[in-house]
Amino acid sequence: MLEVRNLTKRFGGLVAVSDASLDVPEGAIVGLLGPNGAGKTTCFTIIAGFTRADSGSVRLNGQDITGMAPHRICGLGMVRTFQIVQPFAGLTVQENIAVGAYLRHDNRRDAMAEARAIGKRLGMGAMLDRPASSLTIAGRKRLEIARALATGAKLLLLDEVMAGLIPTEVTEIVGIIRQIRDEGHTFLMIEHVMQAVMSLAETAYVLNYGKMIAQGTPRQLVRDPAVVEAYLGHGAAARLQEAEHA
Amino acid sequence: MMRLASYGQVALVVAVLAYLGAVYVMPSQVWMGFTINALAMTIVALSWNVTGGFGGMSSFGHAAMYGTGAYASAVLQVQFGVNAWLAFGAGIMAGALMGGFIGALSFRYGLKGSYFALVTLAFAEVLRICAASFNITGGGRGLQLAIEPGVAALQFNKDRVLTYTLLLAIVALVMALTAWLKYSRFGAYLVAVRENEDAARALGIDTYRVKVTAMAISGAFGGLAGAIYLQLWLFIDSAVVYGVAISVVALIGPIIGGAGTVWGPLVGTLGLHLLGEGAKTALHNAPGLNFVLYAVVLIVALRFLPQGIMGLAARIGAFGRKGGDDA
Ligand SMILES: Nc1ncnc2c1ncn2[C@@H]1O[C@H](COP(=O)(O)OP(=O)(O)O)[C@@H](O)[C@H]1O
Ligand SMILES: [Mg+2]
Repeated sequence: MLEVRNLTKRFGGLVAVSDASLDVPEGAIVGLLGPNGAGKTTCFTIIAGFTRADSGSVRLNGQDITGMAPHRICGLGMVRTFQIVQPFAGLTVQENIAVGAYLRHDNRRDAMAEARAIGKRLGMGAMLDRPASSLTIAGRKRLEIARALATGAKLLLLDEVMAGLIPTEVTEIVGIIRQIRDEGHTFLMIEHVMQAVMSLAETAYVLNYGKMIAQGTPRQLVRDPAVVEAYLGHGAAARLQEAEHA
Repeated sequence: MMRLASYGQVALVVAVLAYLGAVYVMPSQVWMGFTINALAMTIVALSWNVTGGFGGMSSFGHAAMYGTGAYASAVLQVQFGVNAWLAFGAGIMAGALMGGFIGALSFRYGLKGSYFALVTLAFAEVLRICAASFNITGGGRGLQLAIEPGVAALQFNKDRVLTYTLLLAIVALVMALTAWLKYSRFGAYLVAVRENEDAARALGIDTYRVKVTAMAISGAFGGLAGAIYLQLWLFIDSAVVYGVAISVVALIGPIIGGAGTVWGPLVGTLGLHLLGEGAKTALHNAPGLNFVLYAVVLIVALRFLPQGIMGLAARIGAFGRKGGDDA
């Protein structure tokens, strides 16, 4: 569904993303992992059209969308959420979701009805009339997903929607994402919370210093010395092995 | 159009309507003349409200659209002998084009906030200087319409009651358009752009197009206001119709009344005019006094009334959450 090939992005002297490629098959939940500053969010901003890559290409359903404007990419069925949540603070939760729903509905009544339905599906029924600015972090993360879903896009790019949540909230979101996937959506998700990735993603990629250093099932990845080193620092894999054997 | 949120707002709107009705029976003609001016300015305020209120793009140069509407209509009538009705329509169009043009240029270069405000001001000033320099716009002397009262030349200023009634109807029409806009997809997109442009883009909104379109709509309202000014006074010059005073009045009414609401621009503009007039009477016509007063009121409003008078009224006896919205 999504094919990303050889993306490279420099910020001045810093190479934020270096020759990164990944694939997201339809109906899958694919993870994108990596330590802080690895270049994950930068990958998303390029894929979703918010920044131009220095080189590389992005294809969505076979169509080349490299360098296309975000609103057109959204219209083609791929939408991103923001790691730093970006609610329309002055609007209610329902109005926030409706902004997404207007992409497929041209009048307020239909958009608001769709927004209500989606809000309820994501367990936000009681919050619909509250201003978005009054939501907790968990609520705001959920709102990001709800708005994205409301656009009717089939491929959702989620940027750390579980960061900062307590375990019960994580469990809830995991359930919600699984439910949405079963209804026919596809996910590419950046995630730090390993528990969530382990239980959701069939495949995951690991980015470190802008480079894809590993790809596999989450179970394979946590055993991969390169991945462990990336997360825990140089020599960590060897030390862990020693500890296991001792 | 009447989706009010509280008893406070209902009371406020009723008071405004009562005043507007009472003008018909007030013994002194002064009130009607004064209210005609306030209504004419309300249209510029409604124009600013589209971009500044709903879209969060605060212009400091709405005179650019106002003056262009007035000049387009005047040049066509005076220099080319075009029928007043056609010229009036052309004034609205010219305002829309000017708004769209300023928007297209500003937003192409990503101007926001005070940069956008300054660029709009610069546009108005350049246009003012141009209008004062060319012969076709009457140079420094301005343009005077031939006086021919009646329907054919759109000149009703001899009949105060008719003029007043027509202005009421036009203000009601522009408010109805504002209400329609507010509850349309376009209005939702405009507010989304104001609240968070990145999120809006991610959700499929062509934010550039939304902003330019808003400027064109705002420009049409502004051009309308300018064309009305011309028909009211039958004379324009650059210092007045492209003057900074217009740009100030355009933004101050909505901000005080409640930016991004349907009633705010009318409430604010009328309130300010009443206040200005009261102060003038009390202080024996000290010149420029109304602007000093406006500045004080603006500062107070910005500090204590973030949503203007309509926002304040919304908090008085609010209906249940489902009852309505912020009008
Ligand atoms: N707009 C930018 N300008 C300069 N540097 C940036 C910009 N965006 C990200 N970076 C840098 O690129 C690197 C990757 O950042 P990011 O993609 O946010 O990482 P991640 O999401 O994996 O934590 C970081 O070192 C970050 O400081
Ligand atoms: Mg990130």
